[in-house]
Amino acid sequence: MTLSVDIQLGLDSFTLNTRFDAPDGVTVLFGRSGSGKTSVVKSIAGLLTPDSGRIVQGDRVLFDADARTNVPVHKRRLGYVFQDSRMFPHLTVRQNLEYARRVTGRGVVRTEEVADLLGISHLLDRRTHGLSGGEGQRVAIGRAILSEPDMLLMDEPLASLDTQRKAEILPYLETLRRETGLSILYVTHNMAEVARLATHIVLMEDGQVVRSGAPETLLTDPDMVRVFGIRDAGAVLSAHVVAQPEDGVSELAVSGGRLFLPTIDAPVGADLRVRILAQDVILSKTRPEGLSALNILPVRVVAVRRGDGPGVIVQMQAGEDLLLARITRRSADAMGIHEGTDCFAVMKSVAVAQTDIAVGLQAGG
Amino acid sequence: MIGWLGPDEWQAVFLSLKVSFWATLGSLPFGLLCAMALARGQFAGREVLNWLVHLPLVLPPVVTGYLLLLTFGRRGPVGAFLNDTFGITLAFQWTGAALAAAIMAFPLMVRAMRLAIEAVDPKLEEAAATLGATRLRVFTTVTLPLILPGIIAGVVLAFAKAMGEFGATITFVSNIPGETRTVPSAIYAFLQVPGGEAAALRLVTVAVAIAIGALILSEWLSRRVAKRIAGK
Repeated sequence: MTLSVDIQLGLDSFTLNTRFDAPDGVTVLFGRSGSGKTSVVKSIAGLLTPDSGRIVQGDRVLFDADARTNVPVHKRRLGYVFQDSRMFPHLTVRQNLEYARRVTGRGVVRTEEVADLLGISHLLDRRTHGLSGGEGQRVAIGRAILSEPDMLLMDEPLASLDTQRKAEILPYLETLRRETGLSILYVTHNMAEVARLATHIVLMEDGQVVRSGAPETLLTDPDMVRVFGIRDAGAVLSAHVVAQPEDGVSELAVSGGRLFLPTIDAPVGADLRVRILAQDVILSKTRPEGLSALNILPVRVVAVRRGDGPGVIVQMQAGEDLLLARITRRSADAMGIHEGTDCFAVMKSVAVAQTDIAVGLQAGG
Repeated sequence: MIGWLGPDEWQAVFLSLKVSFWATLGSLPFGLLCAMALARGQFAGREVLNWLVHLPLVLPPVVTGYLLLLTFGRRGPVGAFLNDTFGITLAFQWTGAALAAAIMAFPLMVRAMRLAIEAVDPKLEEAAATLGATRLRVFTTVTLPLILPGIIAGVVLAFAKAMGEFGATITFVSNIPGETRTVPSAIYAFLQVPGGEAAALRLVTVAVAIAIGALILSEWLSRRVAKRIAGK
């Protein structure tokens, strides 16, 4: 069930001219604020009507300007989670969750099951006005899921929350993705959320899609560093827990070698994603010795991208994965780094980007 | 209590209650519709409608009454039509008094409801629509429960205004005992005859009691509903 969008819509400051496909999984619509992301999602949900174009979800045409098809909002069967939780203030949490069933009469009540999944079971009989931002957002997610949508649209669902509340909800989103298998279109401009959730990325600028593709490709493309931001640029690798020794340092296998991280709360055999920021990678021509850093992978330089500033972005192949490193131009010149150079990537820190535990674990350095 | 008021006075009180009840009930759906249109509608004649709704508030009541007589009188364009087609006469009937009261109370009713509707966040209605609610269901399950305090306030205000309506009523339907002599008209009539002060004063007491009772009832109802809506 893929979502296919091709719409044009004149807005105040620019014209939206957006075309992309969102395959199964979590498609992240990424772009700066004001790049038209919300207008795209609203158009998909039917809250905005594009001037022209087509929106198809699975085998259902939701909008087709030429054929004059415009399925009304309530018949689109797309769950929408907004930036603000939009709780109905006159209803309890349970009544909010069961609202879709009340107005449509369809579906089986799975309130308890979903509440359990989102950790809001203890709130069911509460009124909504005392809910914290994080709780409200989880109820909003549950309410959208219980409407049994064909797809979930999430428009910066965590943007209004502080870092701690974000960390509180992210694991639930991952569980959701795993347990329900529901396709999600997720709007954000937060790199941590991208690294953690995305299985496909669509990049928007000024109402247009500039790039789209798998996170492995897009996140390690030197040209994209400018878009994701120099501090947030970095690779996301699939890892596999191979050992959990006594000394508290977990051993992870990636395609290019082994990584060692302080104990990860995941059993041997678990799959997870790790995020390695470009600014946390040091390059060395020889295998470094007498270094406290544990994580060293042999790499081959694929591309060196010089920008306007003193830094260069080096793209490297590590096994089947691509890595990025940000080093100074002076170092690059002194070390003679160019396409095809074999060297070693030393990682000052590796963050676990996706598992059931919190983000931001620092590797032994 | 029954012996305290004379039969004429009772008649006036009951008539006033009947007229105000039907005036309020009859104008409620139109009031709600107008309030919705003014609060949310985007159409060409919105300003004109706003203007029309507020007209009875600024026109001298006698003028409104006379315009009603011209329009709904037996020979008036609407009055003649109603009479010929449905056999309904409004002039000099209690139904006419109800119409006059309804029109005079209309601006107050619409104002209260409009304020309540404007206070409802349209984002909630958007959310309801994405959850599968048709426009009608959105209205009955989200909008209506949230504006209920405003509706109650509008109804009570309209009822109180209808109870006190005098100028338009007496101009349109005169002051016929048992038919159009409401409490204000009765007070006016009693004051015109020597020795009528006592009866007038008794009716004044009743009018004050009903007004205060209505205010207390509306306060209590609004507070109850507001509490439920605020989710406390």
